[in-house]
Amino acid sequence: MNTRTRNLILNGLAIAGAAYFIHWAQGNLDGYKIQVLNLIAVNAILALSLNLIYGFTGMFSLGHAGFMAIGAYVCALLILTPAQKTTMWILQPLVWPLSVIQTPFFVAVLMAGLVAAVCGLLIALPVLRLGGDYLGIATLGFAEIIRVVLTNLSSITNGALGIKGIPAHANLWWNYGWLLLTLFFIIRLVNSNFGNVLKAIRDDEIAAKNMGINTFFYRVVSFTVGAFFAGVGGALMGSLITTIDPKMFVFTLTFNVLMITVAGGLGSITGSLIGSVVITVLLEWLRIVENPLIIGSFEIPGIPGMRMVIFSLALILIILFRSEGIMGMKEFSWNSLFGSSARGGKTE
Amino acid sequence: MTTPEPILRTESLTMRFGGLTAVRDFSIDVPRGSIVGLIGPNGAGKTTVFNIITGFYKPTQGRVLFDGKDITSLPPYTVCREGISRTFQNIRLFTNETVLENVMIGCHVRRKAKWWMAPLGLPLFRKEEEEIREKSMKLLEAVGLAQLANENSGSLPYGAQRRLEIARALATDPKFLLLDEPAAGMNPYETRELMKFIQSIRERFGITILLIEHDMKVVMGVCEYIWVLDYGVRIAEGNPDEIQSNKKVIVAYLGEEYVKYVEN
Repeated sequence: MNTRTRNLILNGLAIAGAAYFIHWAQGNLDGYKIQVLNLIAVNAILALSLNLIYGFTGMFSLGHAGFMAIGAYVCALLILTPAQKTTMWILQPLVWPLSVIQTPFFVAVLMAGLVAAVCGLLIALPVLRLGGDYLGIATLGFAEIIRVVLTNLSSITNGALGIKGIPAHANLWWNYGWLLLTLFFIIRLVNSNFGNVLKAIRDDEIAAKNMGINTFFYRVVSFTVGAFFAGVGGALMGSLITTIDPKMFVFTLTFNVLMITVAGGLGSITGSLIGSVVITVLLEWLRIVENPLIIGSFEIPGIPGMRMVIFSLALILIILFRSEGIMGMKEFSWNSLFGSSARGGKTE
Repeated sequence: MTTPEPILRTESLTMRFGGLTAVRDFSIDVPRGSIVGLIGPNGAGKTTVFNIITGFYKPTQGRVLFDGKDITSLPPYTVCREGISRTFQNIRLFTNETVLENVMIGCHVRRKAKWWMAPLGLPLFRKEEEEIREKSMKLLEAVGLAQLANENSGSLPYGAQRRLEIARALATDPKFLLLDEPAAGMNPYETRELMKFIQSIRERFGITILLIEHDMKVVMGVCEYIWVLDYGVRIAEGNPDEIQSNKKVIVAYLGEEYVKYVEN
């Protein structure tokens, strides 16, 4: 049995194991824990998409909240029933074709990704000629523009009222299914020689140009693919929370994704997965410090917002002592697990 | 020049940066299949000439003709596709990648598959991916780095990094190779190896090589024809013997005082 077949079988087993776990979780865990598991999957999709843009291609983008907003709104508009739409749009009625369309969830999420990708492409063409911090500022501005547009485009987005009662289709199966699809796509891309090309642009753009690489084209490709999966992540998040409004997509949302990506390790797919598990769980688990604590005879009153303080401290510690993130640029692979010397391999 | 059609011709290239004229009226014909050199004191404009040829600078005046085609204002990646590759004075490897991946990145320019074929795993993509890997391994064997294929390129010793950069340049299937100070920072033994290596590249891959070099042993040892630049102006050209006895060249390198001193 060669390594390729072995890895294929192991991947299959890992996916089957994950599927069994989801099946078990759906039946045995309470709603809160299931919600945390769902958030992990959505955050992982978002972190992977940002990692493709920032970690692998080296473009410091802060526009993720914008793409997520686009994805969430497109998906919500497509899965709401026409009846819901007529009752909810009270300021201004929803424009015609959108008011009657209703699509299956998969199509809606796909469309969400595609619309986000088109927006990503449009913003990429002028903005990706910038580099470094300037790109960060420009994409941040883009995300803010999206938010303002969503607030004012009442005939489509219902303005500041937001959209409520979005059908909660995004269960564990959908979220982890999309995560698997994202993983498959990004791993295949990054492990190919095209992935090497993206990393070359990140490491040394001048040398990459000299190697005959149309660096602008590949930056646009990476940015657009990243925007697609950010849109998918936003769509799933909208359906998971069932309520969206423009205020939800502020910079903090981008910051959370950025945090997961950086803490996991820029340029590491495994890192993004681990980062999303650790940070999502940590954010939830740290809620205990906000409740009143009784240690022996002492009673510590709960301080709202305390978990963010502890969380920020944890981040400072990560940046101080392990600035390359949990995984650095390393990847988990079956080969390294079995001590074989060949590099590369698919992770689950 | 004896060859009727030169592989590279520059026609009165001039490059001005504000008030500074880095290169003035520079015209050369590089014969096909030769190893030629471009020398001159520091700041003479040699690397500027390289940057113009490879498309990183747009010359203020003049044209670059490669294989009879005007490539003057083409972007660097198109110039590479046309068949010109180069190395850099201060080595520019992709230091987070392995040795093998560095060479594989060089192979990218000749591939036909498109990026979206990678996630779909189309047959054309798979076949090319395999070919690129094999070709890169062969190139690494040719430069003697095959056993280091999976090492991180940043961790290689200096001489090996130089050879890797040349291997990466060769991976783009060039017809014309520009080497910017390939012997810089090498010890005499490494330099001798490098000279043999440069000659073997020409024989093996049948390409034309233009090199910038300060180490006169290398220049005089491998180059068949040499141009000398000083303050952006070509002050001499000829074969190594002619250059060595050219008074202008000696003045440019060692100063007028020295020449007077020797003559007296």
